[in-house]
Amino acid sequence: MSLLRVENLGKSFGGVDAINDLSFTIAANTIHAVIGPNGAGKTTLFNMITGVYQPTRGDIFLDDASTVGKPPHVLASRGMSRTFQNLQVCMNMTAIENVMVGRHLHLNRSFLAAMLRLPAIVRGDRQCREKAAELMEFVGVGQYIKTDANAMPYGALKRLEIARALAAEPKLLLLDEPAAGLNAKETAEIDGLIQKIAATGITVVLVEHDMKLVMHISDYLLVLDFGKKLAEGTPTEIRNNPEVIAAYLGAA
Amino acid sequence: MLAKLTHPRIGGLLILSLIIALLPLALPNNYYYDVAIKIGINAIVVVGLNLLIGYAGQISLGHGGFFGLGAYTSGILTAVYGWPPLLALLTGVAVVGVLSFIVARPILRLTGHYLAMATLGLGIIISIVISNEDWLTGGPDGMYVEPFTLLGWELYGEKPWYWVIGALLVISVWMAMNIVDSPAGRALRAVHGSEVAAQVVGVDTTGYKVLLFVVSAVFASVMGSLFAHYSGFITPAQAGFFHSIELVTMVVLGGMASTYGALVGAVLLTVLPQLLSGFEDFEMVIFGLILMLTLIFMPKGLVPTLTHKLKDWRGGRS
Amino acid sequence: MGAGRPLLVITAGCSGIMFAEFLQYLFSGMTIGATYALVGLGFAIIYNASHVINFAQGEFVMIGGMATVFLIHIGLPLPVAILGAVALAVVTGLALEKLAVEPARNADVVTLIIITIGASIFLRGLAQVLWGKEFFALPAFSGNDPIHLGGATLLPQSLWVLGITLAIVVALAWFFKYTLIGKAILATACNADAAKMMGINTQFILFISFGLSALLGAVAGIIVAPITLTSYDVGIMLGLKGFVAAVLGGLGSAVGAIVGGLLLGIIEAMAAGYISSDYKDAVPFVIILLILFFLPSGLFGARGTERV
Ligand SMILES: Nc1ncnc2c1ncn2[C@@H]1O[C@H](COP(=O)(O)OP(=O)(O)OP(=O)(O)O)[C@@H](O)[C@H]1O
Ligand SMILES: [Mg+2]
Repeated sequence: MSLLRVENLGKSFGGVDAINDLSFTIAANTIHAVIGPNGAGKTTLFNMITGVYQPTRGDIFLDDASTVGKPPHVLASRGMSRTFQNLQVCMNMTAIENVMVGRHLHLNRSFLAAMLRLPAIVRGDRQCREKAAELMEFVGVGQYIKTDANAMPYGALKRLEIARALAAEPKLLLLDEPAAGLNAKETAEIDGLIQKIAATGITVVLVEHDMKLVMHISDYLLVLDFGKKLAEGTPTEIRNNPEVIAAYLGAA
Repeated sequence: MLAKLTHPRIGGLLILSLIIALLPLALPNNYYYDVAIKIGINAIVVVGLNLLIGYAGQISLGHGGFFGLGAYTSGILTAVYGWPPLLALLTGVAVVGVLSFIVARPILRLTGHYLAMATLGLGIIISIVISNEDWLTGGPDGMYVEPFTLLGWELYGEKPWYWVIGALLVISVWMAMNIVDSPAGRALRAVHGSEVAAQVVGVDTTGYKVLLFVVSAVFASVMGSLFAHYSGFITPAQAGFFHSIELVTMVVLGGMASTYGALVGAVLLTVLPQLLSGFEDFEMVIFGLILMLTLIFMPKGLVPTLTHKLKDWRGGRS
Repeated sequence: MGAGRPLLVITAGCSGIMFAEFLQYLFSGMTIGATYALVGLGFAIIYNASHVINFAQGEFVMIGGMATVFLIHIGLPLPVAILGAVALAVVTGLALEKLAVEPARNADVVTLIIITIGASIFLRGLAQVLWGKEFFALPAFSGNDPIHLGGATLLPQSLWVLGITLAIVVALAWFFKYTLIGKAILATACNADAAKMMGINTQFILFISFGLSALLGAVAGIIVAPITLTSYDVGIMLGLKGFVAAVLGGLGSAVGAIVGGLLLGIIEAMAAGYISSDYKDAVPFVIILLILFFLPSGLFGARGTERV
């Protein structure tokens, strides 16, 4: 059974189709990459999967239940989490608080209990802080545990977003260009991190322009061009696909 | 233990309680008590409003309306219908709670200036209704309100009110700081930082915004009711546009997203008009000028700017 | 209404009276609506240049009316007084941008709102110190003999209001279409970053926008003053209603602000006439709440999906 299934999906912005008649599936416990030139619709696809945008046409199924029409926070509670191409870190908070927000669904969210600072809240927060610190170590930003988010370098913020997404304990993690703007060494570290995440049983979908990274870690690739599926297959298949070669060489 | 005292929640609350306890030693007469009580009333409203504006980043230019609605519900129900004050206050809470809940969802879907416009409109409508329905509210001339009584005990005079408001202030500050440092509070701050990021990790951002809007409106309503009983006389100005502006200004001037900033803002903007009343005609000119200059030179507000400076200064020395 | 009247009124006569009444409300609504439109246009221009809402916009209206009254009082002829008052408002607008808004460009939306509110309190206070708290009437530009039209009466000043508003709208359209600076303002409104890259000084555009919207506000304040009287605090309500007009039309849309203003004036006059004049001032705010509830981007605002 597939974890995620996309059927005839479409999204138009004022008459322009950003995604058009797209269908594919993602199997559990794999690393799945979505590639394609700038403006191909990769981020739009992620936004529809996570409920940030509503599709114009088509349907999306998570564990065989449709996600269309559900707001992002509901989909999060069904096991999805993501990072963003343009950093979405809360700069008005400390680094660790950002990760603690990620644990929202696993905490006591009652406003009244919070207002009275009931012991359960205090206990929950202490455990949450420990867990968040562990996650920061896990993604490699342990040295920023006491830092304000707005004092962190770009590369660290990208990882902080991953830690926040992991804090939600998703079964499906979507990463939008996790290596963008990173140097070769940092990219190699992200490569290792994604494999570590996948090894814990989380299904990873990533959008990435760095071909070396993509070809190295993906089990399966989906190639988009102008909102349509150009090709799909294993890294070897994609590497030898004449249409993909044409599109990429043509673009270059 | 010592470390606990320096924690802003506990240390700050201790200092605040100490100030409230010792202040009467420095208050020469009832006029000063009166100013202190008004500071306290404003401060409690602003502590609630700061949660909405400062932490969650949602503007409201209409909280004067909720304050006025609370005040008039209490005034009318006690004076005209003879209800016990506590019941009237709770009815005010219910009225404001329901009204703010109904409008919150459509209003909070808006952002920035649209939100400012909608809340401003709501506040103005409330104040116009209060002005016009003079058969019930006394119209622009205002209405008298009876003292607060509870189980036969009457709360009357500046000194008892001082202690009541002082205690409520400490409790409000404690609760506000508890919220900020909790899962719900972090979710709210995340709404300000990046709403979409909060959503994708499971925060029902609209739900929290609505809840906070209602809670802050209820803060305002309760204080409106108490103000009505304390001062014994209310006018539509309590619900007016300027009162709303005053409240927001206290939040912004003291420093957004700082509970103590909200307190400082309440102190300054309550005391300033008292100081300026000697200047008669120049009151507005000076008030406007101070407002502009402070925010031009300290856009983050007094408390955040000054604590930042203090940190820099300490850092530079050590 | 018709309690004391004879029951046997011929239908034609009755509908004739009703029509005259309607026309009367329409005239007064359009007149006041035209001023809302000008003020709303001022909001839109500044909003386009910077996404700032200038809550001091109403004070330009006040300065226009009050300064004209004052300049006539010291003996200047009406046209000169009008020019002087407009000039004063424009200088105030430019100074406001340079001294208060520009230094705080990077502050939060709320902070900017409070700064412009501070400015409006300051200007209002200044007017009160200089000119006192009384109401003043400006003489009508060409007499007060009412013109009869379809059973309703129309003040000549209303024609001035509508005519001048129309002239300004045409002039503005020309300005935005054919002058370099007008085009630069439009480009900045469209995409500030792109405009900057094309070498447009967006800071200067904002400066000019404040001058321009002060001009619009002052003109509105002057032309309406013979009808509604003026005082140091007329700017509050006129400013707020102008803001409503701008939001009604979709913040930032010039056409929207004009249509929004006229619509607002007409609905307000109708509501005052047919429902209750006590609630006249509440009407714009009820309308705007309904619009925001059901059409969150105004009547003419662009609808889009926020980019993530
Ligand atoms: N909110 C939006 N409103 C209007 N158009 C949009 C919106 N979001 C995306 N688009 C358009 O949809 C198309 C696809 O954009 P998208 O961001 O999904 O591309 P992408 O594949 O992620 O590109 P990149 O590699 O540059 O990130 C583009 O033409 C873009 O301009
Ligand atoms: Mg993208």
